[in-house]
Amino acid sequence: MKANRYVLWGMTKSTLIHVFLMSVALTCLFPLFWMIRCAFMTNETVFIDQGLIPHDLNFGNFALAWTKGNFAVYFFNSVIYTVCVVAGIVLIASLAAFSFSRLKFPGKNIIFYMFVAAMMIPLPGSFVALFVMMNKLHLVNTRFGYILCMINVGLSMSILLLKTFFDRMPHDLEDAARIDGCSKIGIWWNVALPLARPAIAVIVIFNSLNVWNEYILAFLLLGDSKLMPLQRGLMVFQGANSTDYPVLMAGLTMAAIPIIVVYLLMQKHIVKGLSSGAVVG
Amino acid sequence: MPHSATLRVHSKVKAAAIFKDNLQNFLFVLPAFAIFCIFYVYPFLNMIFLSFHEWRGIGPMHFTGLRNYQELLTDSLWWDSMWHAGYITLIALIFQNALAFALALACDREIRMKRFYRVVFFIPPVLSEVVVGLIWNWILNPEMQNGRHIGLLNHLLYISGFPQLVHNWLGDPQTALTTIAIVNSWKGFGWGFIILLAGLQTIDRQLYESAMIDGANSWKTFTKVVIPMMLPVILVVVILTILGCMQVFVLILSMVNEGLVNHTDVPVLRILSAMSATNRFGYACAEAVNFGAILVCISFITKKLSDRAKQV
Repeated sequence: MKANRYVLWGMTKSTLIHVFLMSVALTCLFPLFWMIRCAFMTNETVFIDQGLIPHDLNFGNFALAWTKGNFAVYFFNSVIYTVCVVAGIVLIASLAAFSFSRLKFPGKNIIFYMFVAAMMIPLPGSFVALFVMMNKLHLVNTRFGYILCMINVGLSMSILLLKTFFDRMPHDLEDAARIDGCSKIGIWWNVALPLARPAIAVIVIFNSLNVWNEYILAFLLLGDSKLMPLQRGLMVFQGANSTDYPVLMAGLTMAAIPIIVVYLLMQKHIVKGLSSGAVVG
Repeated sequence: MPHSATLRVHSKVKAAAIFKDNLQNFLFVLPAFAIFCIFYVYPFLNMIFLSFHEWRGIGPMHFTGLRNYQELLTDSLWWDSMWHAGYITLIALIFQNALAFALALACDREIRMKRFYRVVFFIPPVLSEVVVGLIWNWILNPEMQNGRHIGLLNHLLYISGFPQLVHNWLGDPQTALTTIAIVNSWKGFGWGFIILLAGLQTIDRQLYESAMIDGANSWKTFTKVVIPMMLPVILVVVILTILGCMQVFVLILSMVNEGLVNHTDVPVLRILSAMSATNRFGYACAEAVNFGAILVCISFITKKLSDRAKQV
């Protein structure tokens, strides 16, 4: 009798937990579903149709957003920026982290701690001075300037992550390569980089998310609509056509889907990177 | 004599070799160091320099000493914006982190669909603030057309029998900030959830068993085992929440389109408007320095608290 009650209590408890988790999960997903639903409606039906799934699907919004909304350009720009910045960060950060971990030169520790300090000190308004400098260097409204700024944003964290990874890596392989006459740069390229693949995966994912979602520097530095990335383009589009909801939702869907797909494919790395970073550090 | 001469030559050759070696090793760091100096250190120093000046972005620069900071002390809009950010942070600290902790505790066991939950809860954090802000802006739309509420929330309130609750959530100064704070928590709780869950999973299961054998009920186990073990992780989440939420602004920018500026202003938006709306670069830098210093103080205090907690 008592055991029965125990089982019953266990079942209710697990049901309650599932109800709780499921309701939160629904709250996470429903706004996204709503966005996609509205992206398939027309400007008339979006105000009339009350069904969860619209009566007749309208695919025209995506084409409209792509051409009239200039989203083809924005999307293309976002891809360029993300690829260039992430590639730059991986190359530059791994070179520096390799030197910090394996090589010696005077002042090494000071420079390293500068990067660490930069990660610790929050600089919420540094964009003012950054903008002033970019203006002086004539790098405002250039792809190159935006890419360099974004490389700088991700650099400290990536160097720190790679250095801790290199520090834990055994020296044997490098020693073998050195005996075989491999230069330092050769060891970096042929030994260190391939071995650091797990750490590089984490860096690539986090920086891709960061660059794809970045807004403020794009807002300050890129005023020319031919150079704008998606996030900036969305705000421009919303400012110009504030009532054209279906097309806006189509644009939002185009901005959100790639990042969600990348996340779903890579979510193991994300969870690993996040939890190791926070729990250890 | 010849012996010491060869020695000297040797040491010179050796010194040159060491120098070349050092230089080579430094060249590895050079690209990172150069970008860091140009895009981080110089703007940082220049920000402090500019904060002592009155400058309109072009033309002459006037040294004004501490006048920008003096003005800042009595700028009620600035301190209002600080309070707004503090309010958003407070809501996040209480509701978002409580929710994250509850979800983490619920997922820290053998249950079905654990992976599904873990994946779904982290979807809002990977979305950009612009996307989240514009989606919610649409859901919270206050307008009516053909006698029907356009916005999903108001429509749902209306058809589910609460027409008195239908409200212009983002347009009313009374509710705008709270609405933003809730959307901000919606976007952010996944971070805390993932970190806290990872922390919970490092706790040794035997501790729970021995607590149970000692006769502790679930509540006792929670307060005497889980909370003390989790304290360092909780404090990490607290610091991340404070630093993240104090600096939130893109979400606000995309949720309220220039309406209601005074009721939903946050420090970063003030800095932005001092710079781009009134062209007061010096004042914007003074605000930035002030805000940065406050954030550093907050994280320093929280760090100290966490160190003390670790000792106990």
